[in-house]
Amino acid sequence: MTNPSSTSTVAAAPARRDRLDWKLCLATLAVIALLGVSLFTGVYTLDGHGEGSPDMFWITRVPRTLALVLAGAAMAICGLVMQLLTQNRFVEPTTTGTTEWAGLGLLAVMIFFPTASLLGRMVGAIIAAFIGTTIFFAFLRRVSLRSSLIVPIVGIMLGAVVSSISTFFALQTNMLQQLGIWFAGSFAPILRGQYEVLWIVAIVLVAVFVLADRLTVAGLGEEIATNVGLNYNRMMLIGTSLVAVATGVVTVVVGNLPFLGLIVPNIVSMFRGDNLRSNLPWVFLLGIATVTLCDIVSRTIIMPFEVPVSLILGVLGSIAFVLLLLRKRRYG
Amino acid sequence: MASTTASPTLPRQRSGSVAFQSPRARRRYWLTLGICVSLAVLFAIGLLTYNIPVAFGSDPFWVIARRRASSVLVMLIIAVCHATATVAFQTITNNRIITPGIMGFESLYVAIQTGVMFFLGSAGLTAFSGIGQFLAQVVVMVALAALLYGWLLSGRFANLQIMLLVGIVIGTGLGSVSSFMQRMLSPSEFDLLTARLFGSVNNAREEYLPVAIPIVIVVAALLYLRSRRLNVMALGKDIATGLGLNHTRELMTTLTLVTLLMAVSTALVGPMTFLGFLVATLAYQFANTSDHRFVFPLAITFAFLVLTSAYFIMNHVFYAQGVVSILIEFVGGTVFLWTILRRRVL
Repeated sequence: MTNPSSTSTVAAAPARRDRLDWKLCLATLAVIALLGVSLFTGVYTLDGHGEGSPDMFWITRVPRTLALVLAGAAMAICGLVMQLLTQNRFVEPTTTGTTEWAGLGLLAVMIFFPTASLLGRMVGAIIAAFIGTTIFFAFLRRVSLRSSLIVPIVGIMLGAVVSSISTFFALQTNMLQQLGIWFAGSFAPILRGQYEVLWIVAIVLVAVFVLADRLTVAGLGEEIATNVGLNYNRMMLIGTSLVAVATGVVTVVVGNLPFLGLIVPNIVSMFRGDNLRSNLPWVFLLGIATVTLCDIVSRTIIMPFEVPVSLILGVLGSIAFVLLLLRKRRYG
Repeated sequence: MASTTASPTLPRQRSGSVAFQSPRARRRYWLTLGICVSLAVLFAIGLLTYNIPVAFGSDPFWVIARRRASSVLVMLIIAVCHATATVAFQTITNNRIITPGIMGFESLYVAIQTGVMFFLGSAGLTAFSGIGQFLAQVVVMVALAALLYGWLLSGRFANLQIMLLVGIVIGTGLGSVSSFMQRMLSPSEFDLLTARLFGSVNNAREEYLPVAIPIVIVVAALLYLRSRRLNVMALGKDIATGLGLNHTRELMTTLTLVTLLMAVSTALVGPMTFLGFLVATLAYQFANTSDHRFVFPLAITFAFLVLTSAYFIMNHVFYAQGVVSILIEFVGGTVFLWTILRRRVL
């Protein structure tokens, strides 16, 4: 694993030609095929006879698949942006407590405004996620670190603090099991008319594509960014907001998708080096592919029931994270 | 296990003449310790005797008094476990902001309990108790932890921080397995399980105490006797090695002792993440010294004081007994936040 603060290995392909990279086209086709599998996986067979009907297809399957695309891409890109801004490979919404903050915001809205709409809950989650991420970034800027590995340790502890606050309030208001269900990310309850707010994250994705180079420069630190004429603080604010919006929306609509933002960018940079602009589409595709695969597994593992996708992600993600750590241990 | 006599390289000094910067600091230390011990004893007596609704000396009185005595005893055990384990852990990891509670013991405990409920139902969970079960959990936790340390702290690529993170991540993975199983439970089963999972002195059964007390006393005493070695370990790996300490061996030994304490405490009352952090931070704040011989007792006293006062106030003032451990977590977590925002170097 290369250290981003030192000279990064740029991918072999020059940045100009990889707009129409045949590998990328192949990968896109593979992801589309995977999404096709996701469309036709389920208890109801969709051949137009029997119980399954085209309605079922449009009510649940299509929204679910779209949600997979949006949530998977959003969480993977979130991880990438956070890793850029902090120059730390192990930072993502799960390891900074951002997800827990979003959950706390959601819970606060549910307790104080029980009648709040989905949009109201989302605003609460986004505001809390923003506060949490800002606190963490502020802490990172003030503290000089002896090791990059301290960052995720502190972040996870911070997450534990926030989730103990959530647990406290949930226990007081008898919402503990509900909180657990909210938090375990799952695409099962996604139906037409309930997931459309997820399109908000599409805006985030476009913004990241547009701002990719500026985010990279901001990642080089305040002095360098200011020297090349970038408003560093504004860029940090924009980056944090993008992460908070994506995390908040995904937490409310889908739930917690652990480790996605950590695993995907790291695997991409392992294979392709650290050229952000050419890596973005790959992170995007791999994020979608990972979530879709996990979701298909979660739907078929105990047919006709499902398990939450966050469980599959949590187990696979932990294994992948441990492997990444062992790799770092070996090669520094 | 290495011999636990004070290392021969350090000449014996009169206690306290070296550990403190000035006589005033030493007096302050003993005064703080005295006040905290007296307060803790007061709260403990309060817990034992306050508001017993039957006449003194009657049969039910003794039943109630005995139950309360065992609760206070459990608090003392937990205080010793968390305080000693956290102080030692922070020293060997050279990091004042982490706690052994985050290393995944909780997740393992939760996974074991949830698994029993999931596979055997509520009857199974009720049956899953007794000394055998208690010892089995402790053994499983210590064995897994020792495997982890042995694998990640030896060899050419030994790296303490990687080891910590791997522990945390494995804990997270176990957590997702547990939360999945919890989703499959009926609400009543879930409530039964929740009562088990939140740390509470009422979880502890008296039959564990004869096993738990000797283990805790022996391990805590061993850690206390290693104070001088820990003082050297606190200087960091290079200096400790230069002073003739086998750093890796010390690390493994101390970690195993810490794991034992955490495993006993978790198996006894369930998870408590931030109690240790809270009392270790307080102890460093008020001890005016970094000498472990003085930090250990103060941390233990603070832990006992926090537990007894929290239970006393919650039982007899607010009548909200169930939330004590969460309250401690909450306060500890807040102190943690405040600490990391004030630190300059980590």
